[in-house]
Amino acid sequence: MTITPSTATALSDAVASDSALRGFLHGLPGVDQVGAEQRAAALGTRSIKTTAKAWALDLAVSMVDLTTLEGNDTPGKVRTLAAKAMRPDPTDPGCPATAAVCVYGDLVGVAKETLGTSGVKVASVATAFPAGRVPLEVKLADVRDAVAAGADEIDMVIDRGAFLAGRYLEVYEEIVATKAACGQGDRRAHLKVILETGELQTYDNVRRASWLGMLAGGDFIKTSTGKVQPAATMPVTLVMLEAVRDFRETTGTQIGVKPAGGIRTAKDAIKYLVMVNEVAGEDWLHPDWFRFGASTLLNDLLMQRQKLATGHYSGPDYVTLD
Amino acid sequence: MSRLDVKKTYKLYVGGAFPRSESGRTFVVEDAKGRFLANASLASRKDARDAVKAARSAFGGWSSRTAYNRGQVVYRIAEVLEGRREQFEAELRATEGITAAKARTYVDASVDRLVWYAGWADKLAQVVGGANPVAGPYFNHSTPEPTGVVAVVAPRGPLLGLVSVVAPVITTGNTCVVIASEEHPLTAITLAEVMATSDVPGGVVNVLTGKRAEIAPWLASHADVNALDLTGVDDPELATSVEQAAAGTLKRVRRPAEEDLLAPPPLDRMTDFLETKTVWHPMGI
Repeated sequence: MTITPSTATALSDAVASDSALRGFLHGLPGVDQVGAEQRAAALGTRSIKTTAKAWALDLAVSMVDLTTLEGNDTPGKVRTLAAKAMRPDPTDPGCPATAAVCVYGDLVGVAKETLGTSGVKVASVATAFPAGRVPLEVKLADVRDAVAAGADEIDMVIDRGAFLAGRYLEVYEEIVATKAACGQGDRRAHLKVILETGELQTYDNVRRASWLGMLAGGDFIKTSTGKVQPAATMPVTLVMLEAVRDFRETTGTQIGVKPAGGIRTAKDAIKYLVMVNEVAGEDWLHPDWFRFGASTLLNDLLMQRQKLATGHYSGPDYVTLD
Repeated sequence: MSRLDVKKTYKLYVGGAFPRSESGRTFVVEDAKGRFLANASLASRKDARDAVKAARSAFGGWSSRTAYNRGQVVYRIAEVLEGRREQFEAELRATEGITAAKARTYVDASVDRLVWYAGWADKLAQVVGGANPVAGPYFNHSTPEPTGVVAVVAPRGPLLGLVSVVAPVITTGNTCVVIASEEHPLTAITLAEVMATSDVPGGVVNVLTGKRAEIAPWLASHADVNALDLTGVDDPELATSVEQAAAGTLKRVRRPAEEDLLAPPPLDRMTDFLETKTVWHPMGI
């Protein structure tokens, strides 16, 4: 689809009122559940070997948002995590840094201080992560705090309760307000919109939530908080990749995708990369447009890199503990 | 009406389950007279990697059990094996072509061997550990601890050979990945069924069937394997190359001379796969 004034108007009309937005989101074509699951499964069977595998592993490392989101996170833990993000494999200077570290808002300062000018970004979850069940003012204050502490990226959760109740405009306005709280101009923090697909029940809802997040101005759409099962799955990510592809065709704006939670092995990560390439396209094969929200995944990627380099299987004794 | 034979599918034993080889390969196993007996799974290096992963994740739980409890579990293997002795005797006669009396001897010896090791479980620490006299106001004592994941190449003998190498390794709290006898793999899988039903946690013993020359080098170089038992490697060239590969990650390697498996086993079958932990305690003032 080409970008014409009429499509742009159509999209701006879509968010003019609650009923218009509902009409637009419910007018999106339904997801063929069986088809989406089969396509995702089929893309998972590709065999990626040797140099292609080495390239994919390095790319996957550079796409990791190294995450710690626990109640018992300490400044020390965040510092070690940041050190690991900058030099994932100290035995190999050729190993790329990860894209970002992802922490709670109160630890953004610690992460920022450790990462310095390394180029590794600091992502902060905000808006009362993971449930998001507080008044809007509190959520926005949460975001402003994180941005003021130096967060480069904000991972917000949408109000799933409002979404499932059909109050789409409320969700939309909340995302818009959150984006405004992310700052202005060059200093603006990138906004990742967490859909929490594990709570959205259907693929149709995932598609609607994806479009809603993109219309409201999210820079990334992210599958899950990691606190709800199921977290990221291949079919859900497939639906989201289709949404960002269609959104760019419609508006010309490219949006990133971040599956988070449940991706633990290098094999899984490579399956996702194959899917990104086949569904969204090569343009998305870059840390600016695709991320993995993960913690244990990084160690498996490093062990696979070591296996390729040395020719023998590596073990958890040769990577850092999380 | 005649009845169709129900043929058994011999698979691998990894992590408490019986998967086929990830490679989908099988090989033909013949009986003593060269007739077709069954197809067995031909394990690949990736099966070995999966088995090491299973063994590693089982290690924490198994090694932290009390020695007394491990002894009970090993004794339980003996009990279940005893209950299925007819099946094992018949299998041994078919695969090795030995007499009924000889087969009974091997099953007897295997059960006895398990009971013998079960008894050792909570006594080894007293024999190889203990209080050390030191010149200072310290209470100093040493205790044996399991090495970790042990890769074992089982000797030719289908039942007694396997029991003789596996029992000492797991009794002390290690977990293992075993390459079963290349010549007689079927009994090893039947023994795995015994272990799967006798309180041995999944992953403590993992049995691979296939070519030792194909799998052993991968286990030897695997960084997450802590020790290597080369009892079943009779090709000296393979043994040497595997030993060299193991040196890369400083594994403990046991490469014993030919032994008579019916004779009482040496204690070093257990002690070779133990680490000694010594603790210094200040005492008095």
